[in-house]
Amino acid sequence: MRALRRPLPRGLRSRLLTAFVLVTVLGAVAAAWSGAGSAGTALVSSHQQRTTEAVAGSITAVAPQLTYPPDREALDRLRQAVGGDTLVTYGDLTSTGVFDTGLITDELRGAVRDGHRSAAQRITVDGRTWLLVGTPVMATAPDGTRSPSGIEVYTLRDLAAVEREVDGLVLTAVATAAAALPLSVLLALLAARGVLRPVRDLRDTAGALAAGDLGARAEPHGADELAELAVAVNEMAASLQESMAAMERMQADARRFVADVSHELRTPLSTLAAVVEVLESSAEGTDDDTRESARMAISETHRLIRLVEDLMEVSRLDAGTARLRAEPVDAAAAVRDCLRLRGWSERVEVAAPEGIVLRLDRRRLDVILANLVGNALRHGAPPVRVEVHRLPGGVRVTVTDHGPGLGGDVLPRVFDRFYKADESRTRTPGSGLGLAIARENARLHGGDLTASDTGSGARFDLVLPDRGEGEEDEEEGGR
Amino acid sequence: MVRRGLELALSRHGHDVRTTDTGEEGLAAFRSEPPDLVVLDVMLPGVGGFEVCRRIRERGGTPVIILTALGDDFDVVGGLEAGADDYVVKPVQPTVLDARVRAVLRRSPGDAEGVRVHGDLRVDTATLLVSLRGEPVALTPTELRLLLVLSRSPGRVFSRQQLLEEVWEHDYLGDSRLVDNCVQRLRAKIEPAATAPRYVQTVRGFGYRFGPL
Repeated sequence: MRALRRPLPRGLRSRLLTAFVLVTVLGAVAAAWSGAGSAGTALVSSHQQRTTEAVAGSITAVAPQLTYPPDREALDRLRQAVGGDTLVTYGDLTSTGVFDTGLITDELRGAVRDGHRSAAQRITVDGRTWLLVGTPVMATAPDGTRSPSGIEVYTLRDLAAVEREVDGLVLTAVATAAAALPLSVLLALLAARGVLRPVRDLRDTAGALAAGDLGARAEPHGADELAELAVAVNEMAASLQESMAAMERMQADARRFVADVSHELRTPLSTLAAVVEVLESSAEGTDDDTRESARMAISETHRLIRLVEDLMEVSRLDAGTARLRAEPVDAAAAVRDCLRLRGWSERVEVAAPEGIVLRLDRRRLDVILANLVGNALRHGAPPVRVEVHRLPGGVRVTVTDHGPGLGGDVLPRVFDRFYKADESRTRTPGSGLGLAIARENARLHGGDLTASDTGSGARFDLVLPDRGEGEEDEEEGGR
Repeated sequence: MVRRGLELALSRHGHDVRTTDTGEEGLAAFRSEPPDLVVLDVMLPGVGGFEVCRRIRERGGTPVIILTALGDDFDVVGGLEAGADDYVVKPVQPTVLDARVRAVLRRSPGDAEGVRVHGDLRVDTATLLVSLRGEPVALTPTELRLLLVLSRSPGRVFSRQQLLEEVWEHDYLGDSRLVDNCVQRLRAKIEPAATAPRYVQTVRGFGYRFGPL
């Protein structure tokens, strides 16, 4: 289901739609059922009344001409006057057509014979509905009193027409319900859209916020609960944005402070760097204390210079102003030059195939290599080994040593700034920023630097992609 | 303080050093008593370092080494475009500065003396005079040395790294922008058409070569 392009296949829209359709169908069915039922009952009873009255009228029209007691001929006349399928009885005398006397129930007969009143009854024969009407013929005495004459008239009337009418009513109700169905679907869709639009809006807003766009806001529509939710979400986003901005401001301030401090330190350091050499040569030939003081001043000045340079480098990397100057570099030559320049060639094994030439920032590669090898020489144990491997579209440089390794505690923190594995060894020549800078430089290339333990020492893997011929090309006029 | 410190250190290395506090004073001293070489801090009060460099360039080929902040690309590029021969980053190690000064001053090589003629260009390696169609061309020592190294082997391709080591005497971490800027300045002086260089040609992805004509 998730692969479908349509969102919310089991969502609010389908649920609302189903509910609306069910309500409409149930309502229509109930209305049609009760409407058709009561209309049918009314139709039948009015028909029954009309039939009864018509039979009574016919009898009244013929009755005065009847002789009393009536003979069979009189009964036949009466039957013909009433018409239809009729049975006329007087005592044992009966006049009938095709009438089946078995149809007359005792209840009806009792009502007519003993109750002296007209009665009607619906009966079903062979799937057809009939109305059976029974009427006693009353004799009117000369003084105006009426008494039962003993003649009973039973007549059958077809109810098919009335039934058809009732069926028609039901059909109309069903048709009306069917016509209402599309309308209800439309209404359901409209209602769903009204609910879904703000919900989707909120969902999109929450998604954008989660993706880091803290400026995303939901638009509250109307004044319902969803609008209140949108307002609440917006307030949450605003406060989140505010605190994020405050944090970023503080972070930027801290970085600027580091950059400013390093920058300010550089000027006096320049002076120190210039004069300690003078001091060194002047201290020759003086007493030991003076010579040692001069030596310490010189070495600590150089340490300070490296620290400030590293801090400057870190602030440039943090501020994103560090730029890559890619040029064709032979990886093997870069490794060898880096070692030679620092006098490490004798202490490090190199396995680097010739001819791996790619476009990299020469200086940054040197910084990374010097940090890794320097670290291995200081904290690891020989043999320290540098291997260069060609990768598709890049190069991997591996630096391994055979020291105690990094250990599970150090491994995750080895690239942290100013992190020192052994707190007692605070007087290492490094600034504590070397590995952090090395990794930042690798990432600036679009590569990465990772650390691991081999079981017999520490291992650092540097992967750098070839920067290719790009806008950083150092052609004439290029920067 | 930095100025006084560098003065002390460079004097210790055997140089005769004069210093001034501002660009204006520096230019005045430059006119009254022309030095062999100028070390210029680009962060100067008054007339900026780039402007001082440009004015020195207008007055001839005296080599200029600029002092820039580490990694400050704006300073480096601006200084090189203003005509500086080399740069040193602060905080300056006096030994490094001394080595650069000596390298720049050495750039008046006289190997294989003789006159070489390449098209309209005439290079006299004995007198170190360069002329184009009979007109003398004024080159700085760095530009001259670059031209001499390139024209010694016409058609041979030099990588920027090789040129840095031969002309600037830098280690392998030298800044290849030094080469590119110097090539541009040299071209401006000797090439008839800037868009289609004839003498100093670019070999894309490798470096530069002289000719072939």
